[in-house]
Amino acid sequence: MEFKKIRIILYTILLSIFLSVSANAQSEKECFEKVSRGIFKFNQGFDNIILEPVAKVYNKLPEPVKNGTGNFTSNIATLLSIPNHLLQGELRYAGHATGSFVINSTIGILGLSNPAAKLGLENQKEDLGQTLGSYGVKGGCYFVLPILGPTTLRDSVGMVVDNNYLDAFARVTWHEREIKSISGSKLDYVGIKSAEAIDFRGDNMLNFESLEKNSIDLYAAQKSLYLQNRSKKIKNETGTDDDAWGDLDK
Amino acid sequence: MKKGLFFIIPIIYFYFSSINAITYNSEPQIFVQELVDDAVKSLSDKSLTKEEKNEAIEKIALENVDIKGLGLYTLGKIRKNLDESTMNKYQDLFQKYFLKSLTSRLTDYSSQKFEVFDSEQKSSNYTIVNSKIAESLKSPEIKIDWRIYTKNPQKPLIRDLIVEGLSLARTQKEEFASILNSNNNDVNALINKLQEFISN
Repeated sequence: MEFKKIRIILYTILLSIFLSVSANAQSEKECFEKVSRGIFKFNQGFDNIILEPVAKVYNKLPEPVKNGTGNFTSNIATLLSIPNHLLQGELRYAGHATGSFVINSTIGILGLSNPAAKLGLENQKEDLGQTLGSYGVKGGCYFVLPILGPTTLRDSVGMVVDNNYLDAFARVTWHEREIKSISGSKLDYVGIKSAEAIDFRGDNMLNFESLEKNSIDLYAAQKSLYLQNRSKKIKNETGTDDDAWGDLDK
Repeated sequence: MKKGLFFIIPIIYFYFSSINAITYNSEPQIFVQELVDDAVKSLSDKSLTKEEKNEAIEKIALENVDIKGLGLYTLGKIRKNLDESTMNKYQDLFQKYFLKSLTSRLTDYSSQKFEVFDSEQKSSNYTIVNSKIAESLKSPEIKIDWRIYTKNPQKPLIRDLIVEGLSLARTQKEEFASILNSNNNDVNALINKLQEFISN
């Protein structure tokens, strides 16, 4: 059974590599821009009608409640980071993430506080899209998913594999598998993911407003920020290597 | 997107502001620190109206940001094919667009500790200055790299801000590229968009 799962993961990784290579090595080109722009508009509507108003109410909650929510969802996300650190061969980070999860889930009262950070344990978020990227798999092509937002071929394949095989939280909740007597439901999964989205939206209220107000092509601005952010996370660095400036001075 | 990313952009740009035209140190790291220190002083000046602050920002941006270079960079490769008249028209509009975008991003300033901690000379033309805004109750620590253009070593100019690894100039460039791509690389489409933004 376990071997079958590993085989499926390997096939998916190979498929992702094949798809990326077959995209003429043109990473992050649009797959179907018109459709993506349509979905983007739908997502904007969803944000205006539901997410933004809810996030505004959320922002009025006391700071400890918001911090607790952010810590709680981050702690759960650690469960996905651990296998991906291992797949990337980053044993140190895998150790940090495991330590962080154990300490925050116990001393940190189910992850509501983050004592692990004070002990110097780094907790970088990792997913299979980043893992594939770290092995040189390009994004493939860019598109937008309803509700979930911007992604690439590589990242969407990674998301499916994460959800089905690597993310213990998704397996217990979304897939309703019992692991060591721990069980959950789809509602738990949707609830936690919604809380994560609201927390993120609330934290970035001014950022979204500013971006919306000052962009002459909001879709393209969001695409650029998404791709830059993914590239940064894959390389685990915050600098820039954009040398197109050099070309300007020739 | 990290917390406070776009909130911090106007603050950073606001750091450029000063009522009087001050010549900052030519060493990039000190240049950025002086500029920021000076701006923080201006930001704390409650006697200034919003309009006065906007004027100050525009003035300092014109003196310390390479707006012309930024305009060329964001235009991409198409810049090589433009005639002089179209290029001048574009540059004029880009400057207005840049300044309007800059001032409209002004929001409430919350005083946070800013620190320039390192710099790296990438070439004779560029130095990257590393800085950070200290963590506060509302926001985590934010790393900001400044791309300083040093072709004239006596007069460093800001060309880009890289906030937590996200380049503002690159984002702008890719936004413009998208408009050009969907209009057969017709620069007039971009010019019309810029005009529309300025007049709104």
